[in-house]
Amino acid sequence: MIDVGHSLILVGVMAVVIAFLRFSPFLAFPEGRKRPKVITYLGSVLPYAVIGMLVVYCFKNVSVLKYPWGLPELIAALWVLGMHVWRRNTLISVFSGVALYMVLVQLVFV
Amino acid sequence: MTKRTLKRAFKDSLPILAGYLALGMGFGVMLQSKGYSFWWAILMSCTMFAGSGQYAGVDFLATGASVLTTAVMTFIINARHFFYGFSLLDKYKGAGILKPYMIFGLTDETYSLVCSTELPDDIHHKRYYFFLTALNHSYWITGCTLGAVLGEFLPFSSKGIDFAMTALFVVIMVEQWMNTKEHLPALLGIGTTVVCLMIFGADMFIIPSMVLIAAELLLFRKKLDPESKQNSEVTADD
Repeated sequence: MIDVGHSLILVGVMAVVIAFLRFSPFLAFPEGRKRPKVITYLGSVLPYAVIGMLVVYCFKNVSVLKYPWGLPELIAALWVLGMHVWRRNTLISVFSGVALYMVLVQLVFV
Repeated sequence: MTKRTLKRAFKDSLPILAGYLALGMGFGVMLQSKGYSFWWAILMSCTMFAGSGQYAGVDFLATGASVLTTAVMTFIINARHFFYGFSLLDKYKGAGILKPYMIFGLTDETYSLVCSTELPDDIHHKRYYFFLTALNHSYWITGCTLGAVLGEFLPFSSKGIDFAMTALFVVIMVEQWMNTKEHLPALLGIGTTVVCLMIFGADMFIIPSMVLIAAELLLFRKKLDPESKQNSEVTADD
């Protein structure tokens, strides 16, 4: 551990940067002010694109070139996908997928 | 109505409960292994409330990184959060005194639920978003603190439990897919990010992905936005 003072400053810097990123759209387009239609348009289509981005983001450290070639992630993700199309129950889809993934990485692909 | 709203928020937050406890504990274990007590876990989870940001933060603290390095790297790692507010300008409008906290707590998971959940009329929408944010935050603080207290003496192997986050995003993607006929935005999001990941690598791909996705969505605006044909480019915000 480095000194307490510098650590506190770094935590403060990180908190401010993260808050800045989250607040800036709201600060740029405050309530009751006119805003360009293009912003409303982007706001309506971004959720679909962002969820796609986040799914890929979850797999960013998976290597398909070395053992186990991303198989646990692929199998469990396909399970969740199929389960959700079939039952359409978020809790069942998520928790059965987690259980399957834990079995795969702890017992199958070891 | 408040009770029903809280109950609904709690039910919807359950996948995040599992994911945040697991990811938070992973962070806590890492942090205490670098010589930081659980007070630091509480401080960071309360003020930052960011998974990948806090994981990277452990490195900055442990190596005594400079203020500039820490600021720039945190900006790159969390840049995706810049997108989230644009979809919530109307949903969070009029939330009053709760609004700053709701914006502060806009994590990937909270954002995904807020922008994809269809709420019935007997649920107080703004309060639901607030409860969801606060519940998720409490899970995160609990996970981070537990990890730092227990250290490496976890009672069971939780390896793989963090897949709850991936599974939740996959579920939300399926829901979005089945609720719309227009799949171009989703396909652009996935395709662009995969290509950027291959070109720029796991550490640098998010910002190029964001810039390209925004550019592509603007390029396809005529096709995707029925209102773009109207003359006025400015709309009243009410």
